[in-house]
Amino acid sequence: MTNFPAAISFKIGIYVEYFVKWLMKYYGNVFDAIGASILWFLLNIEKFLIWLPWWIFVLVIFIMGWRIKKFMAGLLYAALLILIGGFGYWELMMSTLAVVLISVVISVVIGIPLGIFITYNAKIEVFMKPTLDAMQTMPSFVYLIPALLLFGLGKVPAVFATTIYSLPPMIRLTELGVRNVPKEMVEAAHAFGSSKWQTLVKVQLPQALPTIMTGINQTTMMALAMVVISSMIGAKGLGMEVLIAISRIDIARGFESGLSIVILAIIIDRLSQGIANRYKIPEK
Amino acid sequence: MTVKIQVENLTKIFGRNPKTVLTRLKNGDSKDAIFKETGHTVGLNNVSFEVNTGETFVIMGLSGSGKSTLARCLNLLNTPTEGKIHVDGSNIVEYNKNELREFRQKKVGMVFQHFGLFTHRTVIGNVEYGLEVRGVSTQERSEIAKKTLDTVGLEGWEYRYPRELSGGMRQRVGLARALANDPDILLMDEPFSALDPLIRRDMQLELLDIQAKLKKTIVFITHDVNEAFKLGDRVAVMKDGVIEQIGVPEEILAQPANDYIADFVQDVDKTKILQAKNIMVKPNALVSLKDGLKVAVKEMQTNGISSVFVVDSERKLQGLVTIDDTIAAIKEGKTLKEILIKEYETTSAGTCIQELIPIATYKKYPIAVVDEENKFMGIIMRVSVLAALI
Repeated sequence: MTNFPAAISFKIGIYVEYFVKWLMKYYGNVFDAIGASILWFLLNIEKFLIWLPWWIFVLVIFIMGWRIKKFMAGLLYAALLILIGGFGYWELMMSTLAVVLISVVISVVIGIPLGIFITYNAKIEVFMKPTLDAMQTMPSFVYLIPALLLFGLGKVPAVFATTIYSLPPMIRLTELGVRNVPKEMVEAAHAFGSSKWQTLVKVQLPQALPTIMTGINQTTMMALAMVVISSMIGAKGLGMEVLIAISRIDIARGFESGLSIVILAIIIDRLSQGIANRYKIPEK
Repeated sequence: MTVKIQVENLTKIFGRNPKTVLTRLKNGDSKDAIFKETGHTVGLNNVSFEVNTGETFVIMGLSGSGKSTLARCLNLLNTPTEGKIHVDGSNIVEYNKNELREFRQKKVGMVFQHFGLFTHRTVIGNVEYGLEVRGVSTQERSEIAKKTLDTVGLEGWEYRYPRELSGGMRQRVGLARALANDPDILLMDEPFSALDPLIRRDMQLELLDIQAKLKKTIVFITHDVNEAFKLGDRVAVMKDGVIEQIGVPEEILAQPANDYIADFVQDVDKTKILQAKNIMVKPNALVSLKDGLKVAVKEMQTNGISSVFVVDSERKLQGLVTIDDTIAAIKEGKTLKEILIKEYETTSAGTCIQELIPIATYKKYPIAVVDEENKFMGIIMRVSVLAALI
């Protein structure tokens, strides 16, 4: 009586597998086309970042740090970037950055409209909430498998997996931002005869902007966190270095590549948070 | 006087399925019973009233009485469950989306309790909002907005943000935003409740000033009796979604329809509301100039009074005589005209009792109420002024 009865048994996974295979069989072309266009954007961004002289990039980050935070912050970020370069990871960092950037762009393009849509359709939330939870808590390796099947090895499934992981905060925070606009303010917009669209564009979105910016910050951080994992399916970048270091038990290499990711994360986080804070509307 | 807003049998029920509760409400089930058994809240229960053009109509009630719900029905921020709202003769409840938007853009402006300002916009950006939504050109709306800001005394603050303003100034922005569209109707939902008392008084006076100039039709919501009576041409008192009494302030004060209202108005400073005409009496005795001395004596004796007002043939007030003077005059052979006393006080029918208190305290004769042509209307006994204080 202590063991779970063998008679009760569910095999759901197989249907998911059927579904993915069915997608591959009948919509393979669609995924190929999506994959190709993502790849095109990704390669061009990567090419541009690598083409960019290193000192210009450092200078841009320095100026951004100075303007958004303060002079010393800019100086620190520039020095840290040079440190990554010193490890010999400049190009790998740019590859990583390219994957992160494109994932964030896709998350924003999908996440903001979806977030707004949920605000207006309370019933969908019942089903959206667990979905978003699943996207974030399901071990990322699990959806690397179908991503691999649909898009093949390389950068595109990496972008796909990264986007799935980093999309939820964008949706959540957009919804939160729009929902938290004071009721009286929305009433005022209606009372003066605004259409739904006008209320959204002139009142709700500007009011939600600080929260949405925080969402972009969160999304960026999530994307960066996926970098190591996505390198398992062949995305070149800093994550790949970590992976190699693990397989060779190379402590030095692991430390340097790991530290590089941390530095990148800190710089992106501080800069995007600084931008987000600029949009804050002081209460008093 | 034309009717601007006519509300007929308006009912508003909040909840999942308002229509189903309607019959229960009509059968006379109480608000509490309906809430307990169905989870529906009755906001308004069969409310009917009219608001005249250019009138300030105050809806007064405690929180939860349905007064805000009622105001929000007048621009359909709340959709009525049943009933009609005619504005200028057309039923706005039946408006489609576009008609409703046009109605809100052009005919009705709203001022909110917590201002409801757009914090991401400057002061002028807030005031321009309604015009912007209507598609008025950039230049025109900035001109109108500036002019409106002048009206409410906010010139020079155009490019500040609401957060930089004090509470009173923020509500001026709220008022300017509503006025910029030049609507016929102004809905004001407890606009001054969030302000401290001194600022509130200033804003009330300012609203009276602006209203004297612009002559809008104002529906004003408040829980403050003194505010209601100060601003309202007519006042409606609400309780539990029902209008308990509608009338001019003096009427409600003098003849409260029930104990609830009597209780409500208890704290009112009556001397600021009640006017001379409310406490004056038609004198039993009145002497005409042509009547002569003996008639005057007899009038005073039969009524047991020691002085009487004298009028001419057109009922214009000439003066006052005392019984002592009159008897002496008969002996000395003087005429009525010669012994007239002129040191009495007159007042108009619309004067507040508050202003009469010092007079009533120090003068020995009753106060005469006269119209603009000095025609005698009645007298105010000193004791009745003092009685109104209690």
